Amino acid sequence: MTRGKVILNSDRLNFTLRRLCYQLIENYDDFSDTCIIGIQEKGALFADRIVSILQDEMGLKVDYGKLDISFYRDDYRRRENPIRPSETTIDFLVEDKRVILIDDVLYTGRTIQAAMSALQHFGRPAEVELLVLVDRRFNRHLPIRADYKGITVDAIDEAYVRVEWKPEHSRDQIKFYSKKVNS
Amino acid sequence: MPESSLSTKHLLGIKYITKEDIDLIFDTADSFIDVINRPIKKVPSLRDVTIANLFFENSTRTKMSFELAEKRLSADVVNFSASSSSVKKGETLLDTVNNILAMKVDMVVMRHPVPGAPMFLSKKINANVINAGDGTHEHPTQGLLDSYSIRRKLGEVAGKKVVIIGDVKHSRVALSNIFCLQKLGAEVKVCGPATLIPKHIESLGVGVEYDIDKALRWCDVANVLRIQLERQDIKYIPSLREYNLYYGIDKKRLDRLDREITIMHPGPINRGVELNSDVADSEHSIILQQVENGVAVRMAVLYLLAGRKN
Repeated sequence: MTRGKVILNSDRLNFTLRRLCYQLIENYDDFSDTCIIGIQEKGALFADRIVSILQDEMGLKVDYGKLDISFYRDDYRRRENPIRPSETTIDFLVEDKRVILIDDVLYTGRTIQAAMSALQHFGRPAEVELLVLVDRRFNRHLPIRADYKGITVDAIDEAYVRVEWKPEHSRDQIKFYSKKVNS
Repeated sequence: MPESSLSTKHLLGIKYITKEDIDLIFDTADSFIDVINRPIKKVPSLRDVTIANLFFENSTRTKMSFELAEKRLSADVVNFSASSSSVKKGETLLDTVNNILAMKVDMVVMRHPVPGAPMFLSKKINANVINAGDGTHEHPTQGLLDSYSIRRKLGEVAGKKVVIIGDVKHSRVALSNIFCLQKLGAEVKVCGPATLIPKHIESLGVGVEYDIDKALRWCDVANVLRIQLERQDIKYIPSLREYNLYYGIDKKRLDRLDREITIMHPGPINRGVELNSDVADSEHSIILQQVENGVAVRMAVLYLLAGRKN
C-alpha cells in the first residue's frame, strides 16, 4: 500500500482552522441571518470543527445543519453500487439567509453542484459561499470555486487527498497519496 | 462514501432477500421519510430511469404508492392496466412485457393474479422486476413496510411478538409479513377461523391461535388482515356479522388487555368486519403511518435496485 505524505500536520491544521474562522467573522460579523451547512459525511466532520471553534471558543451563535446529497449526485447508476445515504439535519429554512457551504476537499466540483441542488429544497438563500479545507486546483469539471480555502493542492487525477480527523484517526492531518487507497 | 447494494437484482419476494438487504432498505427508507416530509418532496436520483407499472389485477393504493414513490425519485412512469389492454385480446404475458420493454423501460413493477408470474418474468427480461403482489404468494413491499412501521413505532422488530389476524389463507400480505418478521427476529403467530388458516402453516415456524383474545393478550402488535370477499368462491365463514363477533377487534376487546398494543392493517379496511371504527381511528392504530412508510420503503427499494450495476 502507498504511504501517504502529510501535507498539513496537526499544528498547522489547527492554525488553518482558526484562520478560516477569523475570515468568516470578518465577513459575517455576528452570523445573524447566516447559517452553516456541512456536506455529509466528510464535509460535515470539517464543519463540526469550524462550528465548534466559532461557538465554543469565540462565543458566537450559529445556525448549523448537515446536508446529505446522495440523492442529488450525478454519478448515481455510474457507480458499482448506490451510495448509502446519511442523515440530513437542517431544522431551519435557508430562505433569505446567507449560507456558508462547507466541504473538506473541492475536487471536480460535482459534489458542490449536487449540494446546491439539494439546498434549493430548503428555501431560496440570499447568497451561498463555499468554504473548503483543500482546494485541488487543476481537477475541476465545473465552473465552481471556493470563497475560503485552507490549502491549495496541485495534483494529477490519480492522486488522492485525504483529510483525517480524531478520533477516527490518530491525529488531525491532511495526507497526500500518489494513488487512491481505501480509506 | 459508503456504498451498499442489495444482494438481488429483483424484488420477487421477501423469501429471496437477506436480513442485511432488509436492514439496508429500512436505513435508506429513513432518509426518504425525511425527503417526503420536506416542503419539496422530490429528489432527482432516478431522472434517467423509466419504470413501467404493469397491473394485471386491480389495485388502487399499492399502485398509487408506487407511482408516487417513482415520481418523487423523478423517474419517468408508464402505467399499464390489464382491463384496458391487449391482454383481453389474447396476448401472452411475455409478449405484453416484451412490447413494453421494446420502448426501453428500465424497471418493471408488476402485480399479477398468478403466483410466480414476476419470477417467470425476471428470468426472461433484462429489466429489474419488482413484485407488487402475485396471487396469494407474496407482496414483498407490503411485508417490508409493515415491518418498517413496527421498527419506527417500537424501535426495533427483533424480539417483538406479532400476530397476524384474519384471512391468512388468501393473503399474500401474510406470507411476506411472516418471512420479513422472522428474518428480523420477531416471533409470529397467526389467528383466525380454522377455515382461513392454511394447513401446515406451522411448518413456516409460526404459532397458530384460534382464540383472538388469547392472541391479543400475547402480542405487542396485531396486524389485522382484510376479509377478501372477492377471493372466496366458497363460504369460509358463515357471515360477516359472525366473523365480526368472534374475530372483529373493537375497543372493548382492547380495553380488556392489561397493556397497549399496536394495531396495523394493510388496507382497505372493512369497517365493522375485521376492525371497528373505534379501533381503526384510535391512537393504537398506525394504519395511516403505514401508508406514509409505504412510499418511503418503495422509494428505497427503487433507489437501491436502480442504482445496482446489473
